[in-house]
Amino acid sequence: MSSPGTLTWLAGHELRLSWRDWLSLMTAGRRHRARTVTIALIVFAVFMHLLAWPMVGPYAAAAADKATLIVVTGCLLLSWSLLLSQAMESVTRAFYTRSDLDLILASPVSARKVFSVRIARIAGSVALIAMLLASPFINVLAVLGGGQWLAAYGVVAAMGAVAAAFAVALTVALFRMIGPKRTRLIAQIVAAVIGASFVIGLQVVAILSYGSLSRIAPLQSEWLIANAPDAGSIWWWPARAALGDAGALAIVAALSVAILGAAIAAFSVRFGEHATAAAGISNTVVRQHRSRGFRGRSPGSVLRHKEWTLLIRDPWLVSQTLMQILYLLPPALMLWLSFRESGTALVVVVPVIVMAAGQLAGGLAWLSISGEDAPDLVATAPVTARRIVWAKVEAVIGSTAFVFAPLVAALAFASLAAAIVCGVGVLIAAASATHIQLCFRVQAKRSQFRRRQTSSRVATFAEAFSSIGWAGASALVASGSWLALFPALIALGVLAGVRAIAPRNN
Amino acid sequence: MIQPNRPIALGTRGLCKRYDRPAVDHLDLTIYGGEFYSLLGPNGAGKTTTLRMVAGLLRPDAGSIAIDGIDALADPVAAKQITAWLSDEPMIYDKLTPFEYLEFVAGLWRIDAAAAERSANELLDWLGLAPHVHERCEGFSKGMRQKVALAGALVHDPKLIILDEPLTGLDAGSARQVKNVLKERVRAGGTVIMTTHILEVAERMADRIGVIAHGRLIAEGTLDELRHKTGQGATSLEDTFLTLVAEPVAAE
Repeated sequence: MSSPGTLTWLAGHELRLSWRDWLSLMTAGRRHRARTVTIALIVFAVFMHLLAWPMVGPYAAAAADKATLIVVTGCLLLSWSLLLSQAMESVTRAFYTRSDLDLILASPVSARKVFSVRIARIAGSVALIAMLLASPFINVLAVLGGGQWLAAYGVVAAMGAVAAAFAVALTVALFRMIGPKRTRLIAQIVAAVIGASFVIGLQVVAILSYGSLSRIAPLQSEWLIANAPDAGSIWWWPARAALGDAGALAIVAALSVAILGAAIAAFSVRFGEHATAAAGISNTVVRQHRSRGFRGRSPGSVLRHKEWTLLIRDPWLVSQTLMQILYLLPPALMLWLSFRESGTALVVVVPVIVMAAGQLAGGLAWLSISGEDAPDLVATAPVTARRIVWAKVEAVIGSTAFVFAPLVAALAFASLAAAIVCGVGVLIAAASATHIQLCFRVQAKRSQFRRRQTSSRVATFAEAFSSIGWAGASALVASGSWLALFPALIALGVLAGVRAIAPRNN
Repeated sequence: MIQPNRPIALGTRGLCKRYDRPAVDHLDLTIYGGEFYSLLGPNGAGKTTTLRMVAGLLRPDAGSIAIDGIDALADPVAAKQITAWLSDEPMIYDKLTPFEYLEFVAGLWRIDAAAAERSANELLDWLGLAPHVHERCEGFSKGMRQKVALAGALVHDPKLIILDEPLTGLDAGSARQVKNVLKERVRAGGTVIMTTHILEVAERMADRIGVIAHGRLIAEGTLDELRHKTGQGATSLEDTFLTLVAEPVAAE
């Protein structure tokens, strides 16, 4: 057992906290769920391996030629952008979660030591998540192509370490440039944009060059192969390492450890200072413009207005809920291209918009229904529970309609019929997601928004399946097929199932 | 002693609520209009459960609740119209200002906008919140948040004010402001029922005190009557309270 205050002792403490945090995330704080979660994870792992088989199987015997190196490097970059996004999220959370900060900083243990371990913990958890997510693909490649593919685990771990180092550097830089108050919002937006931009960027290139949404297509272009560095270039070391080159793997691993070590050495003290600064931002005064005076409004009206005001005034929540819209950029681009040319790709656009509307409405419904910060006040008001619920549903549907109306209107210029189908689909998907949130409502704080999925996985999956069902139905209606009935019936079945298994008091 | 011919502001009969054990056990309470009633009891005695049932936040398993003659279980909306609830944990909206919060409450209670605004300004002034009226609540201290919540509870001029540990965590100045506002409400004819662990507050402010243990009302009366009941006429409320709550424990 290590002595208290040493690096290993602190690492043990951090490890225990991480494990319990993860366990709580998986089981939503209910220990009896552990067995169910274990079974679900095993089923998920098997499913992912089956999914990975046809996706990466054809590449298992790939040689380390230039074309392969480009594709592997592109995939690694794509994954790294997501890892960097995840690491920035973790770093931002570490800054703004006060929890044991007071205790740590008041203790006689050196802050540099504590925050060094904390940065290493972030790197470790990012690398571990990356390795877990990559494991189905790496395992399939190893089974079909040979054990040398297992070296990819080392590359993924190295990518996680480098992503954590960059995330710390980026977040500390943001702190210095814009201060603790704005950093939380900006860092999370930057994280989401980094996570989405590479995926979206590749899709945009694919649409412009090949007319498809494939992310790999641009990496296989003749132009890129012709203009990329030679196969022996250092740029391909990570790809070579992933393909089983031991020398390249050793260099990549050593470099990643050096980069992480440098980041820890350079930023651990600042990390502590900034975390302390972040803890004090709740005392910042925000003054609103003086309003004209009380306006006589009905209970329904004040409830709707309250929901909208709270949402508008919380940029972090707005960014979290609207970030999904980023993923609409590629289909929007396709819409623009098709509007300019033939209009045949509209069928692709309708389900994307409907799906996004369902997901957005689910988030908003959680905020409005479960994330009520003054539940006692609302429950003791002389208003029927039905009226309160209706006002909140109206607020959710209204917000969703507000966000998607411009897209549907733009669609109307290309095809009025498709726009009508899309508009109806948006409303139905939003209403369905809201219904699911109503069935599984639990009392929570708005600040717990990011963990809303853990309170009810049934609700999360039902929301996703319902949105997918309505998206499919809308696409088929837009293309004039009676087969639309099937996904619509599936979505209705999901809603009926949700109603049947929802807790009785809801 | 309050005159029994005064109107009954709150009456509960045979009120029961059970979780894994009885939390409230056939509780009969009668609180008169214009009375300041303090409900005392050890942790887990059933005070908060009782008040949450009266406020309409919990449905009782059995029994009845009448607020100003209105059957609160049959017509909860009418009962809530004249009731206010405030807990020890101020539940307000961080992103709203006190002014906006009170406007929201006034809308929920369907109060005339002009009258509500007058009342809101008066309350915010009394509670020392006037300089912060257009600041978002997210930067407020616990005391300021509790005062905003209290203003919200009072802005619709309720007949019955139900308070669950409203002074917890408040500094001396804030606690004094809250107590003054409550006294003023009682003087104006309002009725207050309040739980507190600060016995000195009950001793100084309450017209009558009810002592609850294991979900049952074990003693009720003015401070003198309670002292008389325990046979320790000259002792403090603390001694009286500890003697009273020790009796049912000893009996079990």
